[in-house]
Parts: sequence; C-alpha cells; structure tokens
Amino acid sequence: MTAPTLPAAPPRLFGSRLTRRARSLGGLLISVALTFLGLLCITFVIGRVIPIDPALAIVGDRAPTHVYERVREELGLNLPLWRQFAIYVGQVLQGDFGTSILTGRPVAEDIARVFPATLELATIGILIGVVFGVPMGVLAAVHRDRWPDQLVRVVGLVGYSVPIFWLGLVGLLIFYARLGWVGGSGRLDFFNEGIAPSVTGVILIDAAVAGEWGVFRNALHHLALPAALLGYFSLAYISRMTRSLMLEQLNQEYVVTARVKGVSEARVIWVHAFGNILVPLITVVALSYASLLEGSVLTETVFAWPGLGRYLTNALLAADMAAVLGATLVVGLIFVGVNLLSDLLYRLVDPRAR
Amino acid sequence: MSGVTLPTAGWRAWLLSERPGSALQARLGQGWLAWVAFRRNRLAMLGLGLVLLLLLVAALAPWISPYDPNLQNLRLRLQPPGADHWLGTDELGRDILSRILHGARITLYIVTLVVVIAAPVGLLVGTLAGYFGGWVDATLMRLTDIFLAFPRLILALAFVAALGPGIDNAVIAIAITAWPAYARVARAETLTLRGADFIAAVRIQGAGPLRIVGRHIMPLCLPSVIVRITLDMAGIILTAAGLGFLGLGAQPPAPEWGAMISTGRAYLLDQWWVATIPGIAICLVSLGFNLLGDGLRDLLDPKRRGG
Repeated sequence: MTAPTLPAAPPRLFGSRLTRRARSLGGLLISVALTFLGLLCITFVIGRVIPIDPALAIVGDRAPTHVYERVREELGLNLPLWRQFAIYVGQVLQGDFGTSILTGRPVAEDIARVFPATLELATIGILIGVVFGVPMGVLAAVHRDRWPDQLVRVVGLVGYSVPIFWLGLVGLLIFYARLGWVGGSGRLDFFNEGIAPSVTGVILIDAAVAGEWGVFRNALHHLALPAALLGYFSLAYISRMTRSLMLEQLNQEYVVTARVKGVSEARVIWVHAFGNILVPLITVVALSYASLLEGSVLTETVFAWPGLGRYLTNALLAADMAAVLGATLVVGLIFVGVNLLSDLLYRLVDPRAR
Repeated sequence: MSGVTLPTAGWRAWLLSERPGSALQARLGQGWLAWVAFRRNRLAMLGLGLVLLLLLVAALAPWISPYDPNLQNLRLRLQPPGADHWLGTDELGRDILSRILHGARITLYIVTLVVVIAAPVGLLVGTLAGYFGGWVDATLMRLTDIFLAFPRLILALAFVAALGPGIDNAVIAIAITAWPAYARVARAETLTLRGADFIAAVRIQGAGPLRIVGRHIMPLCLPSVIVRITLDMAGIILTAAGLGFLGLGAQPPAPEWGAMISTGRAYLLDQWWVATIPGIAICLVSLGFNLLGDGLRDLLDPKRRGG
C-alpha cells in the first residue's frame, strides 16, 4: 500500500488481535461449510424430490415390478429422506457423484477429464478481460463523463446485452467462414489430435512440453475466438467495476494531497489510487473468472468445445441427472471456493477487514 | 434543478407548487421532477423507447405481422431478405419478421411472469430479514447466499433438467434464480429504515411487526427493488434465450428468439439471416432494459452515477 489509508480501529495488542482473527476465521469456515451443505441440499432436492423417478429412469417403464423394486432398494429410495440426504452427503464428500448414464463412467472421472478444456478456455478469457478491462476502467474513471468514459460504458452495456451464443455464431460466420482468420469448432483440427501426449489436459501446455509447435499454433487458432468472446464478457464487468473503484479513490483527499505535493498525474493514478484498488479488484477478477464457467456452458455448445459446459448440456439433453447434478455441484463448489479465497485474501491484505 | 424551465403553464405551476394541497399533488409533482431529470439522460430515453417498442410490438403483433408466424411454405424456404419477406424466411418457409414480432410476446410473457413470481418473494424475504434481524436474518440471508452461490444459468439448467423442458418450467427455473438478488436489495433498504423515527412512531401507536413491514417498509423498498429488477431484465431475457437455444425453453413451433437462433445455426454459413436476425432482436430488447435501468438508478441515487 503506497497511499495512506487510516485504520478504522485503533491498534490492538498482538494477542487479542490473533484470537479475534482466529474467531472470525472460524466463523468464515462455518459459514462456508453451511453454504456447502446448502448447495448439496439444492442438488439433492433437484435430483430426488422432483417428479422424475430415478429408478424408473434406469429400468424403463416396461420392467417387471420386482426389478423396479430391487433397483429402488439398491438406490436407497425406500429410506427416509433425511437418511438418503446423509448418504448423499457422505458420497459427495468421498468424491462420488454417481455414474453417468450417457458415458457409463463415474461422473467425477468424467468431470476431471473435461475440466482442463474449460480451464484453458476460461484462463485465456480472463487474461484478455484483465489486460483490456482494467486499463479501460481506469481510463474511464480518469476521463469521467468524457468520450472515453462513454465509450467504455457503451462497450460494457453491449456486453451485458448480447447473448453470448449468438455472438459466438456471428463470430464463426465472420472470422471463420468469411475471413478464415481462426479455426472452427473443437480444440484442434482432427489431423492434429493425439500428436502431443495428454499430460495436463491443457493442450497449450501439453503441446509446448512435447515441443509440438504446429499443434500449439493450431490449438491457439481454435482457442482465439471462444476465448476472445469470454474475454469480452469479463471485460464488460471488470472495466465497469474498475471504473467505480477508481472513482471512489480519486475523490479521496490523499489524491488531492499528492497532486498538491507535485506528484506526477501518472503516478497519482497508477501508483497511489490504483494501488489502493488492487485488493477489491482481485476479488472482482476472481468472481468473473468463476462466472466464466457460466458463460462457458453456451460458448462450449456453440464451438463444440469438449469441456465442462458441453458435458453439462449433453447430459441435460440426455436427461442424465447424475451428470447434470455432479457438474452443477462442481460449478457451485468452485464458486464458493473462489469466494472463500478472495475473502481470505481480503483479510490478509486489508487491515480494516480483520 | 437548474435545467428546469420556469413554470409557465398552469398545470406545470400546479405540479411544482411549493405548497401542494393534497398528497396526490405532491406525489405527482415529485414524479414530474423525476421525469424532467430522467428526460435529460439521452441514453436512458433510448432505453425507455426500446422497452416501449417491445410493449407495443407485443400488443400489436397479430395486426402488424405481414404473415402468420407458423405458416409454412416449403417452396419459399430460406429466402433471403427481400420485398416479400423483409427479413427473409426460415427453413420451413415461415416469415422471419412475423416470427420476431410474435416472439416479442413470448419474451414479455417470460419476463413478466418471472418478475411476478420472484419480486414478491424477494421483497418479503429481504424485508423480514432486515426488520427482524437476529436468527431470522441469519437464516434467510444464508439461504439467499446459497442460491447466489450457483451461477444463474447453471442453476436454471439444473431445475429445467428436473422439471422437464418447456416455457413455464423455464419461467419457474429463472424465477428461482432471480429472487435472491431482490432480497438482498430489500434487506439493505430495510436496514436503513428500521431505526427511523417514523417506524418507531408507528410501533408506539401499536402496529404489529407484520403491519409495519407490509404497510410502511415494503412500499419504501419498492423503488430500489424496481431498479434492481429493471437492471435484471436483460439477465432474465438472456437466460431465457439461452434455455431456448439449448432446446430447454419454449418448444417448437413457438417463435421464441433463442430457439430461432438454435434452428438457424444449421444454416449459418449459407443463410446467415435465419440465425442472426433473432439475435439482434434479443440485443435490442436487453440493451433497452439495461439503459433504462441505468437511468433509473442514476435518478434514485445520483452519487453512484454509472458506477
């Protein structure tokens, strides 16, 4: 922190501060645990209480009664609801999300296999969002109400208003079909598949490790458009938040003091004010990183990208509930995890939050 | 209000009167001032125009559509935009313009129903949590946090998967994802009102908690909740379109915009108009709601202008 921020509370003795910190950390962990239990509750309710009979879905409606009864028994559907819920929580804690009807494999295994593709897409997307969104937000705040601000506002509003799957289709039409600048759907052209051994599942890393630069280039080609799309949507959010965070700082007295002292304007903006928004900004970036998972559902469908989003939609269309709920739960957990991380970071860096 | 022209006409003087003779006059006067302030925000006016256009098109769709939206004519399938079909025809020879115009009704149906279901729930949960505090607050807010922990589209997808595809199930699923945000806003507003003197006065007069919340707190929370809803409209429309695109929302042959994009996808490279035109309709409508919501928020809280 370069700029002076007054501590809200008088300094405490070391010991008492430590216990307070431990207590607030404990409270945080309890609240995370409760949220986690709540997530499980929702997916459990969706999966068990809502009309579709899971036993019937497995045996089909022409199965004899005793088969149906046995499957019900095996699934534990005859037990009281709270017992079923307890069993469900126990299974999830052991990483058991059930078996996918569609692939015939455990859902957890499926998710582990498809997740790197989504991670790759979302990571490049968030990089684009940060690299462009943060400077745009700062620029908008500095030139408040003049044309850069209006431009950033319009770019953001359009980002909030465009259906991502539609923009993906238009992008494919223009940049793939008409101009040929980017690769089409999928992660690689088929003749590049399987060349670089899959170690991490992230093709860019795998190809670079194997020294297969042709594969690397091809992967980048395919990644460019979907990642740019996701990047645009996170840019809309990041630039807007950066702007309002910066405006808050630029109205503070220390900014005036720094200017009066003759500190250069660039230093006032980028060191003094920007230094103070770093912590909340990290939270913003973390949240939009997690929310790219949401954007990836539709983007992956449009680009036939074999990640978590497409796994979810394929499972949906096949009414493969174990897979749907598993994927939903994983996304929810990532959300809670990212929230927790940014909360912890906040406490670590900002003395006022302790 | 430096930009306001001095009252000249009689009705304007009546509206801006320093000593309103009735509550109605005072309220109308406030409304007029708000409108004057709102009118100066050109982008917000554009948003209002787009939203009004949606309402108008939805109301008049059967009379202004050149064709029946479901009338198939396979001899004229996939016609490019031209004199007979201004926006072309789709894979079954149906007029795209007519389908877009009728689709406005579906969009309006979805957002209206979602708001009718989600807004009262959010308002009730938020005001109760804020007014009672303590464990009521802790429980209700924990519940909203849990719902907010899922990204909206994914939670809606999971619910639709369980309920089965269809427009009404999509509405229910979206409403389930929509109320927590309204509850948050209502709670924040209630917290600022709870300690106010007029609430204490009502309580001393013997009003019970439900009466206080229902008659005195809820009405004052409404403006912020309405702004939040307006800003949320685009999200609702985009989620509905996403569900439609995935085949989980409105079912064929309903001219739902998201579903229209989905069918047009197969013809994207050769007949671009089938998939792209419904998308433009979605963009315009959600942009309209976003601009309007932004303008309303500025009006309510000038400090946070554009923030």
